[in-house]
Amino acid sequence: MEFSFELLWEILPQLLRATVVTLEATFCGFFIALVVGLVMVTFMRARARGVRIAARLVMEFLRATPLLVQVYFLFFVLPEFGISLSPFLTGVIALGCHYGAYAAEAYRAGLEAVPKGQWEAAVSLNYGRLATYRHIVLPQALPPIVPSLGNIAIAMLKDTPILAAVTVTELMFVANEIGSERFQYTEPVTAAALIYLVLSLAAAPLINLIDRRLRPQETRA
Amino acid sequence: MMPMVKFENVTKRFGATVVLDRFDFEAARGEKVVLIGPSGSGKSTLLRVLMTLERVEDGMVMIDGEALWYVRDGQDVEPVTQAHLHHMRAKVGMVFQHFNLFPHMTALENVASAPRHVLGKSKAEAEALAEVLLRKVGLGDKLSSYPARLSGGQQQRVAIARAMAMEPKVMLFDEVTSALDPELVGEVLEVMRALSVERDLTMLIVTHQMGVARALADRVCFFEKGVIVEQGPPEQVIDDPIHPRTQGFLRAVRLT
Repeated sequence: MEFSFELLWEILPQLLRATVVTLEATFCGFFIALVVGLVMVTFMRARARGVRIAARLVMEFLRATPLLVQVYFLFFVLPEFGISLSPFLTGVIALGCHYGAYAAEAYRAGLEAVPKGQWEAAVSLNYGRLATYRHIVLPQALPPIVPSLGNIAIAMLKDTPILAAVTVTELMFVANEIGSERFQYTEPVTAAALIYLVLSLAAAPLINLIDRRLRPQETRA
Repeated sequence: MMPMVKFENVTKRFGATVVLDRFDFEAARGEKVVLIGPSGSGKSTLLRVLMTLERVEDGMVMIDGEALWYVRDGQDVEPVTQAHLHHMRAKVGMVFQHFNLFPHMTALENVASAPRHVLGKSKAEAEALAEVLLRKVGLGDKLSSYPARLSGGQQQRVAIARAMAMEPKVMLFDEVTSALDPELVGEVLEVMRALSVERDLTMLIVTHQMGVARALADRVCFFEKGVIVEQGPPEQVIDDPIHPRTQGFLRAVRLT
């Protein structure tokens, strides 16, 4: 077997363009996951028991079924009901919902870590529900879960190849295409692996930075 | 004159345990009442009911002439709305045993936060108010310190300033010196004594420390099993109690 650096050099621009799509899918998906998670955790903490149970069921369903199945479902089943979305949109929505369930769990852990006394102090100072979350609870609940959210983002990055199944031209889709056109898979797939590796490794210090920014030293007893 | 705080035939249960048993209580405007008694006798529950941290099963709770959990609409009695709860909470401030300061805010921000975000004062106005209050409790040099950097006594003084910033008519103190090292009790007690000079401020103080009771009380109430067994001026209840249960409790407290 021969590894052709020439070929690698030749296909690199194509792969990098696809990497942009991968990053877009990750960022959009992550943003959706953060919002979906917030909505789910709100329902999971609702006053009405029925709402809590329903939210729990949805979350379990999203986590217990494969992402690929969810992507297929959105892409092939929804059009039957007259809703058809572009491959990219389908992909990021599926990614966002799937990982939104994990984000909800992270939020929940963060919220539960805020001591009861903080809520009681908020009541005693006549804070409303929204202001309590905004000024008192979330500033304490979010910084500790930045690492978990970061892990979710990295996991999402590595799951974007699943979107190739619905023809999103992300990195793995393009690598695969090059391979089948030239009957040479080694170079494109190796290059793709290296690009994923670089992105994942670059994400870690970024998350660390955000983590440190959000956590003033003074509040660490 | 209308009492500032009034409990009428109030019953509160936690599961099978009756914490307040057809309980009656009144405190006049500006009165400083100290509540003593064994753990689980219902004194903290009384404060927590007034702060709307607990709901009662039965009876009427009034603050400043208005019902806490029910609104009288002519002859009808209606359950409270969220707006009514906020209206009532505005009359009451509370200081907790474990301070419950907001760890992500400096002392100044802790005190300025509610005036800003609840009363809608400007940042400058709220911080000016906070600074005045923190100076009053002797923490003018700790404005930018985070709670983790303050001693227990300092934290509790910030908590008192924070509650006072909302200008309550009734202040509730729930064992505020119990979590403190003995040498730090004095500085908190001093701040409370300074507050007690305010004629119109009603203070309800739950404590296990008779020194606190003696220093602040117009009236001492001894609780047992959800009822007030004995009450009167501190020199009578603490120094010369009539009821055998009060005598027993005070003997036990003095031994510690």
